[in-house]
Amino acid sequence: MRPALTTHAPTGPLATAWERHRNELALIGPTRRRLHSVLVVGAGLAGASAAATLSELGYRVRCLVFHDSPRRAHSVAAQDGINAAKNYHNDGDSVERLFHDTLEGGDFRSRETNVYRLAELSARIIDHAVAQGVPFAREYGGHLANRSFGGALVSRTFYARGQTGQQLLLGAYGALAKEEAAGGVTVLARREMLDLIVVDGRARGVVARDLISGTMEVHLADAVVLASGGYANVYFLSTNAKASNATAIWRAHRRGAAFANPSFVQFHPTCIPAAGEHQAKLTLMSESLRNDGRLWVPLHAGDDRRPEAIPETERDYFLERRYPRFGNLVPRDLGTRACKALCDDGRGVGPGGRGVYLDLTEAAGRLGGDVLRERYGNLFEMYTRITGDDPLHGAMRIAPAAHYSMGGLWVDYDLMSTIPGLFVIGEANFSDQGANRLGASGLMQGLADGYFILPYTLAGYLDGARLAAVAEDGPEARRAVADARAGVGRLLRQAGRRTATDFHRALGRMMWEACGIERNRAGLAHAVDEVAALREAFWEDLTVPGEAGELNQELERAGRVADFLELAELMCRDALIREESCGCHFRVEHQTADGEARRDDDRFAHVAAWMPAAPGRAPERLVEPLEFDSLTLHERSYR
Amino acid sequence: MKITLRVWRQRDARDAGAFVRYALDDVDRDATLLEVLDGLNEWLVATGEPPVAFDSDCREGICGACGLVVDGRPHGPLPRTTTCLLPMRAFRDGATVTLESFRTGVFPVVRDLVVDRGALDRVMRAGGYVSVRAGSAPEANAVPVARAVAERALDAAECIGCGACVAACPNGSAALFVGAKLTHLGLLPQGQPERARRARAMVGAADQEGFGGCSLHGECEAVCPKGIDLGVISRMNRDHLRATLSTGPDVRGTGVVTRPP
Repeated sequence: MRPALTTHAPTGPLATAWERHRNELALIGPTRRRLHSVLVVGAGLAGASAAATLSELGYRVRCLVFHDSPRRAHSVAAQDGINAAKNYHNDGDSVERLFHDTLEGGDFRSRETNVYRLAELSARIIDHAVAQGVPFAREYGGHLANRSFGGALVSRTFYARGQTGQQLLLGAYGALAKEEAAGGVTVLARREMLDLIVVDGRARGVVARDLISGTMEVHLADAVVLASGGYANVYFLSTNAKASNATAIWRAHRRGAAFANPSFVQFHPTCIPAAGEHQAKLTLMSESLRNDGRLWVPLHAGDDRRPEAIPETERDYFLERRYPRFGNLVPRDLGTRACKALCDDGRGVGPGGRGVYLDLTEAAGRLGGDVLRERYGNLFEMYTRITGDDPLHGAMRIAPAAHYSMGGLWVDYDLMSTIPGLFVIGEANFSDQGANRLGASGLMQGLADGYFILPYTLAGYLDGARLAAVAEDGPEARRAVADARAGVGRLLRQAGRRTATDFHRALGRMMWEACGIERNRAGLAHAVDEVAALREAFWEDLTVPGEAGELNQELERAGRVADFLELAELMCRDALIREESCGCHFRVEHQTADGEARRDDDRFAHVAAWMPAAPGRAPERLVEPLEFDSLTLHERSYR
Repeated sequence: MKITLRVWRQRDARDAGAFVRYALDDVDRDATLLEVLDGLNEWLVATGEPPVAFDSDCREGICGACGLVVDGRPHGPLPRTTTCLLPMRAFRDGATVTLESFRTGVFPVVRDLVVDRGALDRVMRAGGYVSVRAGSAPEANAVPVARAVAERALDAAECIGCGACVAACPNGSAALFVGAKLTHLGLLPQGQPERARRARAMVGAADQEGFGGCSLHGECEAVCPKGIDLGVISRMNRDHLRATLSTGPDVRGTGVVTRPP
């Protein structure tokens, strides 16, 4: 049966939509909450904040983490900051403007009501984080400091040096620890979700593998929350942590959760370039550096002088030239494409001509090294450690890298997927970032979902849900365990010659070429077949040593790569069918005369939500039309 | 460059374990030590051997997952550098590099270079937070915090929970870890109501887990990849002493938080 994509989004004025919706959601009384159990998969900003808050309310919460500790979740690596419409700078900011910037930054491919709610809740996140003891940067008077980010003309980004994600995560981790101590949450570390248990059409638990003993465990609950992060690692090299993966959301997809806009992946313009074949992952250099840093390339192709030897008149500050109004602080999709265009034009710098300069030396001269070190100290250290160069004394060399997935499991306004009882929050869902996420919006979304949205919408679901009794040895759980065991067994049976990493690297190259910063019809069509062929080769020539009943990191890796090999094909299909350019999805066939993305609002002002493929058939593409009451659609302009 | 890795291999907690040597030619000077381990593992897997198990994730020095004792020193020879960011150029051509885990009495070996650092989470659970429920926070700017105080709090809050301080300490003490959290929260106005209780609870929990006492050797400070200094331990001792001597209502009880009705 074809599920309908009912958004449950409130109609009427946006400014009161969330409040009206909240007032309509059912409540569950404090004494009844403890009768309900909730399973949260993941403990990054979204998962930890959700698990802690649900426990504060009195639900019985279990939280599964594949790391050794919840504090390792990849949110920890977010450098930039977190947006909030506080208007502390008195520079004209408002909920309305944050909403507009986020919607426009996403190139009008997100749901208006969700984005408005995100902007509305942003201020409360800052309040809560400060109350938790998150040491945000302060002005001399003791008040909170802000800086500017891409796609905004106001300063609304709160930060803690270049490690805002770490500090916010430690806040959420602290909340989780507090609730563990109070007995409301049980955190189970080193557990990886391998399947979703669906009973009577509702999500009722997961099968997880204990990564130390290899035991398959059944975890049942009244509702399941996936907060397992994004899938930019499909490109092998990305800014994501090594173990970040799509397995939880992909396995849920295979059980019937629609996957929305899989091709919407962001490439961050400013990362440290890859140094060689051995490269394991890429490291971001925060967008915040563009508050003081300027991007440039030599004016003339083939100019191989050292950057400091190139005089001002022979430099091309290409973002300032092309986008005078926003300059270096354009949204990431535009910055990335501008870099790529120059490199394709032969004006890139460094090995292979794949990079551009990010230059803070002028700012260092103007403000002094101490001021810059205070603002970006840990970023400079990281850059120096990786490259051996000092950013205060020479231009940094940077290049784009896969960074964030705007796509993810489809959710309605209540953050529930197409499987009743399965909620998806943070980067794992598709909801708020459209076709391009603005800097400092990812942390905002994860925490809004966990602290302030899910706790309300979950009650709305649980109150009305007729939940059948489930048992660990019930037929659905047993089948899911058997499937998970079979999946592990299949990986271990392969007696080929190639490692999972080798396949992953090959997949990454394919995806970077065909479904990367720029895409075209022929390349994508070819990639659909190419990925399928690679997947076939994977199942013929893979080798995984060791056994199922032990800590087997190669087995974990192989399972994740197997899922990437399926997801990648769906990404290419999605990119192929979307015959327009929007945000990070840039189809070369659809561009304006000056090389900007050309949307086709008549045909594609919608979310594409893919249902899992039946064996031997192509997956079905459902559509959620996007309607905009608050504005008329226009071409984005940052010029 | 040529490098010989001398790696501790141990199948599981019960196995006795032993060093195994791997001679590697053609190691890229700009690769990190963990990338070299990745390469070794790919080769081991391709030949059907179990790869070297080790924890690592972000590869940019912030998640705290990685942590090897390199040539006897947690996180290796470079100051303020996590294992994942350690470049091979830190070693001389032809060197033998010995890799062990952060094992101590309280970090039991799981396999090869992987240890269980759950004790650190349990110490945090005893009080490493401000007890505030979502929804009850006042306006963020209602309480100003002097800039220097916020900066110092952040210096301490940078702790990544890797456990190198414990691995380096001859007593296996977690004083730097505990002190960092007590300093972070103890400096901020938001952390004041629970300051005394937190000090008692976290220090008590660390004792209970079996972490040793601190005798101010300073090895922890020397290996901390985030540069957390011994000052946090002084603060911990001060706060703990004050909490122990105080009979005020804020420190009574066991330090265990109970759920509000």
